[in-house]
Amino acid sequence: MPTSVGWVWLVVVLPFLGFLANGLISLVKPQAKSAVSFIGVGVLVAAFAVAVAVVAGLSQDQQGAPYVLTYWSWMTVGGLEIAAALQVDQLSAVMLIVVTGVSALIHVFSVGYMRDDPGYPRYFAFLNLFVFFMVLLVLGASFPVMFVGWEGVGLCSYLLIGFWYLDKVNADAGKKAFLMNRIGDFGFLIAMFLIFQATGSLAFTEVFEAAPEAFTINGEIITLITWALLRGGAGKSAQIPLYTWLPDAMAGPTPVSALIHAATMVTAGVYLVARSNILFAMAPVSSVVVATVGAVTALFAATIALKQWDIKKVLAYSTVSQLGYMFLGVGVGAYAGGIFHLVTHAFFKALLFLGSGSVIFALHRAYHATHSHDDAQDMRNMGGMRKFMPWTFAVMWVATFAIAGIPGLSGFFSKDGILAVAFARGHDHPVFYLLWLMGVIAALLTAFYMTRLMLYTFHGPSRTGEGEQRHLAEAPWVMTGPLVVLALGSIFAGVLNLPHVLPNPGWLEHWLEPVTELSHRYWNEVHLAASTEWLLMAVATAIAVAGMAGAVIMLKPEKLKAAKEAPAETGIQKVLLKKWYVDEIYDALIVRPTVWMSRNVLWKFFDAGVIDGAMVNGSAWTARAVGFVGSAVQTGRLAWYLLVFVIGTLVLLRAVM
Amino acid sequence: MDLLGSALAVSAIIFSLGVAGVLLRRNAIIVFMSIELMLNAVNLSFIALAQQLGPEGQVFVLFVMAVAAAEAVVGLAIIIAIYRHKQTVNLDKINLLSG
Amino acid sequence: MLVFNFWFFSGLAIISALLCITRRSPVVSAMWLVVTMFSIAALYIILGAQFIGAIQVLVYAGAIMVLFLFVIMLLNLGRDEPTDLPGWWGHAITFGIGTLLIVELWAVTRIVPAGEVRLPAGTMDRVMEQEGVVGAISSTLFRDFLVPFEITSVLLLAAVVGAVVLAKRRI
Repeated sequence: MPTSVGWVWLVVVLPFLGFLANGLISLVKPQAKSAVSFIGVGVLVAAFAVAVAVVAGLSQDQQGAPYVLTYWSWMTVGGLEIAAALQVDQLSAVMLIVVTGVSALIHVFSVGYMRDDPGYPRYFAFLNLFVFFMVLLVLGASFPVMFVGWEGVGLCSYLLIGFWYLDKVNADAGKKAFLMNRIGDFGFLIAMFLIFQATGSLAFTEVFEAAPEAFTINGEIITLITWALLRGGAGKSAQIPLYTWLPDAMAGPTPVSALIHAATMVTAGVYLVARSNILFAMAPVSSVVVATVGAVTALFAATIALKQWDIKKVLAYSTVSQLGYMFLGVGVGAYAGGIFHLVTHAFFKALLFLGSGSVIFALHRAYHATHSHDDAQDMRNMGGMRKFMPWTFAVMWVATFAIAGIPGLSGFFSKDGILAVAFARGHDHPVFYLLWLMGVIAALLTAFYMTRLMLYTFHGPSRTGEGEQRHLAEAPWVMTGPLVVLALGSIFAGVLNLPHVLPNPGWLEHWLEPVTELSHRYWNEVHLAASTEWLLMAVATAIAVAGMAGAVIMLKPEKLKAAKEAPAETGIQKVLLKKWYVDEIYDALIVRPTVWMSRNVLWKFFDAGVIDGAMVNGSAWTARAVGFVGSAVQTGRLAWYLLVFVIGTLVLLRAVM
Repeated sequence: MDLLGSALAVSAIIFSLGVAGVLLRRNAIIVFMSIELMLNAVNLSFIALAQQLGPEGQVFVLFVMAVAAAEAVVGLAIIIAIYRHKQTVNLDKINLLSG
Repeated sequence: MLVFNFWFFSGLAIISALLCITRRSPVVSAMWLVVTMFSIAALYIILGAQFIGAIQVLVYAGAIMVLFLFVIMLLNLGRDEPTDLPGWWGHAITFGIGTLLIVELWAVTRIVPAGEVRLPAGTMDRVMEQEGVVGAISSTLFRDFLVPFEITSVLLLAAVVGAVVLAKRRI
């Protein structure tokens, strides 16, 4: 084992130490902001450096076997043995770099974004804690260790969504995210139970080694396990039907949205599927379901993003949509493709969120200066921001090109990689053509709504208001710096995994081979002629250009009115604005019946009636009644006692005989 | 000549008469005498069985007699104490137990 | 002759016991009880327990019954009082319960013990011949039951103290 791989525990411990230190400061001396910045960012930079060293060590290794570093025995119960162990292999290495790298950048950005917030130390403590759990999730060598990280990031997500907990909306959004995630986590737990029952272990290496013998292909057990895993992944990664928490999660600070709800935590579901690739490969039905969920989510969320006015909501639905792409990728067996999109998406979506954060930051400061109460996140209050924020403007366009799929940028290659595999699977079953088509349409919509976002935010006349405009300014370098780094990533991350028709292709695919080769024999070889691949790329390019051009032609930022004067939406636009009324439907179908059931059946009937009434008061009443009847026996007359005593003796004698 | 069964039957009859006396009478002294009857009936069965099971039965009768003597002494003392208090030995009138 | 004697004294014991519980006057009841005690003493002797028979006469007929009569006299219960006997239904209940008890007790005597516990025929006679009537009891009492015997003395002491405490007017 290369020496540097042994340092991996530092990556886990450093953010945790940062959490402890910042947590202590937030309790003891909340005004010590420079110390907090130093610790909060420092541990992340250090963790990133160690992570790079670990991966460098891993890349020089020729054996390619996963390194499992066992630290202590966590629990031993009967046949269940769980070790507190970390696993370093090619997949966790990729995730490690992305998580620590993007986290470090976002920590730097947060120093500027949150500098005036009274909860500054608390924010960095939570953010450090999140990174700790996320690294644990990525590095855990068994399902339970991963689950600890899985639950931990859910907790941090809750804490950070409700960071400004004085507003009930934010606290409610946190609760919603937490509950939705719990619904998914339930599936994760069920999957773990089933896996343990089938293979007798929960460590990744042992489970995946035992899987070919323990399960039959397309068997009931494996299908059940993968469905449960998908449910867990869909909760964490905001897929249909559990996606509704993610847009609400935008209630948190924007860097949190960038880090947790775009770049890292929400990709945990994709990571889970990629990690368990052999299980999903052995259950083709589940894989199709994964792909379908992904494709439908990608398309569905994209339609909602078309009509949102809140800049962060657009990006949130865009995230859901892009996560759908990743699910489509891992669902069609393109595990490397899904992870590749995860990586590129981490760059450009983090960039988009941070860029929007930069805009919101500027607008918020302007409103603050003029004591206005307008919505700093509503695009109708923006417009013409390119004059004020040239850096943000430039990098946002880079990210938009990347996500829309303009050739040469990272998003083009990653999205095209997934769609190409989906198209190639069409040979096996025509349903994959449909999924491919949905992906393409979603790509068209993506290009459209992203261009819409850019047009309304940065182009056209400013709708911010005369007084406020004087206060608009570019964000400080501590915020624009990370943006530039992420922009570079958004441009060049594509070279990680170039298509086969280009020179030096498929580097990431090759790198992930030791992890994904487990499932190779269960999937048919993907075969695409060079001409088909060129054609697909051309289609993708055309789609992207069409979407962007359509937006430029159809949308008139000059005619847009500020939020206060905007007319009410009607027809399909209103349906899209209201997000297809999914929240209302969930409310009517699930929440309200549950509340009704809890209130009328569980509380009023069962708790108050059965438990309090029949059991608690009932037992007291029974005791009293028995006492009342029994006291009649106690006459106090000796003759009566004697008679009863003799009768009792007779009965006993009868029993003896 | 085996009188065991007969002796046990006589014992049972006398015992039952003792029980009947306890149930029938309200006079504490007579109730007490009925209890002595029952004790004697039990003693009789002990003696009858001792014929065939060894002398332990007779030893037991001695113990029962000792206990009966002690019980008679204490019981009669209680009756005297109650009479002194209530001027009666009728059990129906001795109703300290009925709240 | 022995059998006749047995039944004679049995009948006497039963009849006198019946009279004991049915006579109105406590003094009369006590006298009938004395007759019962004597009859039972006779039954003891017939059943081969001469020593116990003698003790029965001494302790019961002699000591305990004198104590009873003494208390009756002391409390002056001999004179005419309203009867303490209940009405016809009280008699009926008592008769029913008594009959039931006789039947059940008789049924209990019919129970066959699980194993053979009976001594070989003539064992008791042989023991009595060897050790004498009293010796048979005393060897058992002072060897096997010495501790209970000694404890009995404590019981009697407690009874004496208790009687004094209860019957005394002021201590």
